[in-house]
Amino acid sequence: MRNPPAIVIENLSKHFKSLKAVDKISLSVESGEVFALLGPNGAGKTTAISMLCGLLEPTSGSANVAGFDVAKEKLSVRRSIGVVFQQPSVDDLLTGKENLEMHAMLYGVPEEKRKARIADMISLVGLAGRQDSRVKEYSGGMRKRLELARGILHWPKILFLDEPTVGLDPQTRTHIWEYIAKMSRREGTTVVFTTHYLEEAEKFADRVAIIDQGRMIAIGAPGELVNSLGGDRVCLTSKDPGRIAKKLGRMTFAKNVRIGGNCVSATVSCPKKNLPKLIRALPAIGAIEIHVATLNDVFIKYTGREMREDSAEGGFMERIMNSGNDR
Amino acid sequence: MRAKDESAAEGWLAGRFGLHVCDGGMNVGFFDGVYAIWLREVKVFFRERERVVSAIVTPLLWIIVFGGGLGASVEISGMNYQTYIFPGILSMSVLFGSIFYGLYIIWDRKLDFLKEVLVAPVDRSAVFLGKMLGGMSDVFVQVGALLLVGALLGLVPSVWAGIGALLVAMLVSMCMVSLGLIIGSSMKSPEGFNLVMSFVMWPLFMFSGALFPVDTLPAYLNFLVVLNPLTYGVDLMRYAVLGITTFGILVDVAVLLGASLLFVAIGTRSFERMTVG
Repeated sequence: MRNPPAIVIENLSKHFKSLKAVDKISLSVESGEVFALLGPNGAGKTTAISMLCGLLEPTSGSANVAGFDVAKEKLSVRRSIGVVFQQPSVDDLLTGKENLEMHAMLYGVPEEKRKARIADMISLVGLAGRQDSRVKEYSGGMRKRLELARGILHWPKILFLDEPTVGLDPQTRTHIWEYIAKMSRREGTTVVFTTHYLEEAEKFADRVAIIDQGRMIAIGAPGELVNSLGGDRVCLTSKDPGRIAKKLGRMTFAKNVRIGGNCVSATVSCPKKNLPKLIRALPAIGAIEIHVATLNDVFIKYTGREMREDSAEGGFMERIMNSGNDR
Repeated sequence: MRAKDESAAEGWLAGRFGLHVCDGGMNVGFFDGVYAIWLREVKVFFRERERVVSAIVTPLLWIIVFGGGLGASVEISGMNYQTYIFPGILSMSVLFGSIFYGLYIIWDRKLDFLKEVLVAPVDRSAVFLGKMLGGMSDVFVQVGALLLVGALLGLVPSVWAGIGALLVAMLVSMCMVSLGLIIGSSMKSPEGFNLVMSFVMWPLFMFSGALFPVDTLPAYLNFLVVLNPLTYGVDLMRYAVLGITTFGILVDVAVLLGASLLFVAIGTRSFERMTVG
């Protein structure tokens, strides 16, 4: 018998005065999968996650997390989830181990199991040597690892990660994801994370929901979403673009043929197989530029805009949060 | 879905069949929660050494410089001024220590540490109680240190006086820490600290009889004194240390308990309504 979905969201919305931070999002997350909420900064991802964690009241709609209603069964929801926030929320003045001990008490980890579980988590994230140092002395990557250990400490069914690798260097980012994968596979945890990094969603998520301006504009496995574009965009320069374009037009795997100056572009499906055929059939090409389709192109297809890749964190999001706090 | 322990299994059952398995761990969780937060507060207090030291220095200056200086030429109620204001200064350290402690929750918020506590499956009332007991413990240490110095200066008549003073300090701090937490949890940034100092702390202190007997103020200011919970705290403290009281200890205890219960109730509700974006 298949497990019920870990999360079911129906028409979830959050309005702040005049701003619709989250606008009628509906989706479900399967038990055990790694699910990404992808979108530019200010899209509403953090607001959505805050509602799922029971930290923020929805304006309308419903959400069912681990089988519990986020509006009516808050304590049960909180017991079933672990959260790793974007900003570090471990206590600087306590040691790594003390932070985990406090967490174990707050989440009701049975006393006889605490010591072993904490030791297990600490070694899982490779902090065994530094567990008795104050977090003040930890590097950014170490703090993140501690937060990961803390998030899973109480055997949650779902782990929420809000922008898990923002501010970390690329090498640390890969390590963090190795830990997340290791932990979730071992414990069967469902992982839901928000990000504005395309590659992160493409590489690590089983399914992605693309969020823009509070609305969900696409959902599916990264591969499927990209394939729905129909292939890679290829740009061929030649001295006779007209002739090339005509020949391209007759090839079944090339669509959307366009001429721009001396460049002919087309969308080529199954590029791995078809590009060699294309090159053999069109000998008079000066240069080829291949643009491999990514989730960014999916975003452009639905919104007409690029997803900004810069990691500016303040500004817009802060304004939303502040406007929400003034009552 | 493999359940790792009892609570996970219960949660899975509840999710799978829509059952609400009564979690016997709920009550244990409450006291665990209070203890966890109290423990953190105490550890943090002792590790921020600047806080401990500065909390004691100011009252000491008041006692030694102000009290000693005026005490050389002023007498009140037939006793040395320094002796007279010692209980008042103890109360001042309770007031300031308690309210500052409550305001520190703003730092918890800024550092997002509060989010970790707010997302945990603990009753907000447990969080409030843990914080309150943490504040009371901090004040206990501060007052204890001041009593030791006071004893060296000959301002503490007996061991019983010292113990009595500590007990009174606990009662007053229960009231004032709760007040501080209420104010702190509704403030967004530390810029408001000065406002709270000017409009809450200094008035509470000035209108409490700490520095001079309450009946010497003109009638139109007297009602502020009567409405001020700290007035009764000072009176009770003066009784503990010097054996004199204006309102009677029953009235003092009743007012302090009543104010504490009121502030705890408001504070718990305030914590329950805390949301984080």
